[in-house]
Amino acid sequence: MRAGGVGGLTRLTVLPALLWTVLLFAVPLAVMLGISFTEHGSSAFTFDNYTGFVTRSDGAFLGALLNSIEVTVIVTVLSVPLAYPLAYVLAYQTPPRWQRVLLIMLILPFWTSYVIRSYSWLVVLSKNGVIDRILLSVGLLDAPMEFGNSRAATVLGFVHFFVMLLTLTIYANLVQIKESYRKAAADLGASPVQAFLHVTLPLSLPGVAVGAFTTFVLAIGDYITPQILGGGRELLLPQAIMLQIERRADFPMAAALSMILMVVVSAAYLLFARHLKMERV
Amino acid sequence: MAEPIVRLAGICKRYAEMVAVESLDLDIAAGEFVVLLGPSGSGKTTILSMIGGFAAPSAGRVLIAGEDVTDLPPARRPTATVFQDYALFPHMSVRSNVAFGLAMRKVPKAERHRRAGEVLQLVGLEGFGSRGVHQLSGGQRQRVALARAIAVEPKVLLLDEPLGALDLALRRQMQEELVRIQKRLGTTFVHVTHDQEEAMSIADRVVVMNKGRVEDMGPPSRVYLRPASVFTACFMGESNILTGEVVEATSGVAWVKTRVGTLTVPTHAMPAESVTLSIRPEQLLIGNAGAGTLSLGNGTITETSFQGTHLRAHVAMEGDGNNELLLRAPVGLPLPVGAEVQLSVRPEDLVMLKR
Amino acid sequence: MKPRELAVILYLTLAIVFIFLPVAILVQYSFQDGLVPVPPFRGFSLRWYERMLANRKLMEALGNSIIVGGVSSFVALTLGFLAAYGLARGRPRYAGRLQFCLMAPLTVPYIIIGLGLLSAFSTVGIGRSLVTVGLGHVVINLPLCFAIAYSQLGEHQANIERAAHDLGASDLQALLLVTVPMLWPTLLAAFFIAFTLSWDEFVIAFLLSKFDVTLPVVMWNMLNSGLNPQLNAVGTLVFATSTGLVVLIAALLLPRSRNG
Repeated sequence: MRAGGVGGLTRLTVLPALLWTVLLFAVPLAVMLGISFTEHGSSAFTFDNYTGFVTRSDGAFLGALLNSIEVTVIVTVLSVPLAYPLAYVLAYQTPPRWQRVLLIMLILPFWTSYVIRSYSWLVVLSKNGVIDRILLSVGLLDAPMEFGNSRAATVLGFVHFFVMLLTLTIYANLVQIKESYRKAAADLGASPVQAFLHVTLPLSLPGVAVGAFTTFVLAIGDYITPQILGGGRELLLPQAIMLQIERRADFPMAAALSMILMVVVSAAYLLFARHLKMERV
Repeated sequence: MAEPIVRLAGICKRYAEMVAVESLDLDIAAGEFVVLLGPSGSGKTTILSMIGGFAAPSAGRVLIAGEDVTDLPPARRPTATVFQDYALFPHMSVRSNVAFGLAMRKVPKAERHRRAGEVLQLVGLEGFGSRGVHQLSGGQRQRVALARAIAVEPKVLLLDEPLGALDLALRRQMQEELVRIQKRLGTTFVHVTHDQEEAMSIADRVVVMNKGRVEDMGPPSRVYLRPASVFTACFMGESNILTGEVVEATSGVAWVKTRVGTLTVPTHAMPAESVTLSIRPEQLLIGNAGAGTLSLGNGTITETSFQGTHLRAHVAMEGDGNNELLLRAPVGLPLPVGAEVQLSVRPEDLVMLKR
Repeated sequence: MKPRELAVILYLTLAIVFIFLPVAILVQYSFQDGLVPVPPFRGFSLRWYERMLANRKLMEALGNSIIVGGVSSFVALTLGFLAAYGLARGRPRYAGRLQFCLMAPLTVPYIIIGLGLLSAFSTVGIGRSLVTVGLGHVVINLPLCFAIAYSQLGEHQANIERAAHDLGASDLQALLLVTVPMLWPTLLAAFFIAFTLSWDEFVIAFLLSKFDVTLPVVMWNMLNSGLNPQLNAVGTLVFATSTGLVVLIAALLLPRSRNG
C-alpha cells in the first residue's frame, strides 16, 4: 500500500460493475436503438417505425403515449400529497418506539406479489366486492357496480403501491432533517404550521422530488397494473409495446416505442434534475 | 433584587432513570450576564431548556418578566436561543435567517430587512446579508446565530455552549464581543458552558452546577477566591485540598491540624470539628515569606511543566504518606526537579470550604 | 386524548386499512371453500394450499424465483459493493461520471431494459433462460446495491480503515477484516431489498425466460385462465414467510442501529 491512501489496485474494483453496466445495459440499449430503425422482417434501414408511431392504427400509439403520460402524472400528483402527511405523522408525531413498528407494517405489503396484489384489487373493486358492499350499506349506491377494469382502477392500483413507496422515502428524508432547525424556528416564534411551511417543507423538497421522479419512471413503464386493472378500456404505452412483441413479433416497432418512452423519461429527468442535484449541506 | 427578569421557583427535572436537576430556586436580574457552569451531566443545559421552553419541569414554575410561562411553548416565550450547532436554516440567506423571527411576527419585508441589516452590523457582519449559510466560516455562523436571536429583541437571550466549536483565539475574541454586545443591548444573557475560564471572563454571576445541584453562586472573583465547596474549588481552576481537625478555637480563629502542619484559619469553626481547607497553587509562597505568613514545611520538586505564564510544579512535602502540593511559580525561578523548597501561605488566603 | 392526537390516529388507521385491504382479501380467499375468490366468503378450507403444493409448475417456479433472486442479488451486491469501495477509497479521477453511469439503469423502465437484453441476446444468439433473467436482475439491482454501499463508506468509516492500515493491515486485510464486518447489517439489508425486487419482478422475467420461469410469470399465466385460489395460497404463503423474515431481521438489526 502506498502512503497517502489505498493502492491503485483498489480503483480497479470498480471495473466489474462498470463492465456489467456497459455490456448488459448500455450495449443492449444501443442495439435496440439500431433495431428501431429497421424494417419488420428484414434488416433494411427505415424510419417507418417512428412515422408509424404517429400514423398507424388511427394514431393508437400516439394515444397510448398520451394515456400513459396522463395516467402517470395523475398517479404522481395523487400519490405525493397522500404519502407526505403519512410520512410526516410517522416522522414527527409518533413516539419513536412505534415508528419502527409502523414502518415495518408499511413495508409488509411489498412482499405480497405485485401480480397477485393487483388481482386482489380487482376482486375488491369488482361487482359485489368489498367496496360495493361498503357503499351499498352506507347508502351511497343503489345497485352493485363494477369499479374495476377502468382507468380509475389502474390509478388506484398505482396509488396504492406508490403511497407505500413514497411514505418510506419521504419518511427517510424527513427523519434526516436536523431537529435543531425546527427547535430554532419554534424558538423564534414560529407556530407549528409556520415552522413546517418555512423550514421543514423546503428542506424536504429535494427528497420529495426524487420520490416523485421515481414514481414517474416506475409508473410509466409498468405493464402489470394497467393490464390487470385497466380492463382493456384504454391502451397504455407498455401494453402497446408488449402487444407488438406477443401478437405481432414486431421487434422494430416495439424497439421504437421503447425509445420514445425513453425520451419521455429523459425529459422528465431533465425537469427534475434541478432538484435531484441539490446537495444537502 | 428588584423584580427579577427570570425566576425559577422550585424547578426540578426528573427522568425515569435519574434526576437531571434537583430542586432549584434562581433569580436572574434584568441586564445580568449569568453563566451556568458545570461538567456534562450537571444539569446546566436542562435548566436552559426549561427557561427556553424546550423541556417542561417536573415540578416548579418558570417566571419571565413576572409572567408564569411554565406552560407556554418556546414560540410564545420572550426568549431566544443560540443553539450549540447554530441551527442556521441552510436553505435561506444570512439576511433571511436573521429576519426569520421578525417574519414570524409578520413584520413587513422592508422593515425586516432593515432591522436585519442593523443587527448584522452589531455583530460585525455588515454586508453579509445576501450570502448563503454554507459560505460562512464557523465564527461567522456563530455571529449569524447570535444576530438571529438578537433580532427578535428577546427579554432573555439563551446561549447553549455557543463557543465550543471555535478555536481558542477566536473563542477569546467572541467572549469579549459577547460581553460588549450584551452591555450595549442591556439584554439579560444566560450562557451555558463547561469552560471555567470562559465563565470567569464573561459572567456577572457564575452558577456552578454539579449533578443537578447548585454548588456555588456569585461573582466570578468571589467564587474563585472563596469557593463554597470542594467541587467548586477543584472545578474553577486547580486547588490544594487539605482535610484537618480543629484542635483549638478562639474568637474568630481556629487552629487546624493538617498534613502540612497546624494552620491558623480565620473562621468560626468549633474544636473537634472536621474541616476542609483549600489553597490555590498560585497562593503558595516559596521560601520563608516573613511575618504574617504560615509555614507549610519543606518539600522536594517532583515534576514541573512550563505553562507560559507560570511554572506548574508538584511538590512532595515531608511527612509520611502522600503529601503532595500543587504549586504555581513565576517563570524564571530556578526550580529543577529534585530541588528543595520551603512553602508558606498567608492565612487570609486559606479558604474553609462549607462542604 | 387531545383532538389532534385523535385525528392522527384516525388518519394512520385509515392509511393502514387502505394499504392492507388487498392483502386482507388475498389472505382471506386463500382459506375459502369455494372456487372463485370473490365474495361472499363460502367457508374455511385448506384445500387450495394442498392443491398449491401439489402444483408442480408452481412449486418449481417458486424454487426458480428463490435461486434467481438469491444468485442475482448476491452478484449485484458483490459488484455494487466493490464498485462503491473502489470509488470511495480509490477515488479515481472520473468518480462523478462513473457514479452517474452506474446509477443510470435506475432511470430506465424495466420493460426497456428487458427488451434491450432480449434484442441483444437474440442478435448474438443467446437463448432465453433463467440465466438471462438473472443477468437482467443484476442490471436492475446493481445501482441500488452500489448506492447503499456507497452511502456507508463515508469519512467516518474511512478513518477506521486508516486506523487499520496504521496498525499494519494491507488493503485486502482492512477490507475483509474491518470494512465488511462493520458494514454487514447494511449489506444484508441491500441483499434483502435486491432479493425482494428480483422476486417480485415480472416484465424482465417474462421477456427473458422460456420454459423455466419464475413465480410471477407462472402466476401470470395461471391468472390468464381465470382467478385461481391456489394463487391466493401462494401469495399468502409468501407473505407469511417474508413477514416472518422481516420480523427476524428487524429483531437482529434494529438494536444495533448505529455503527462504530
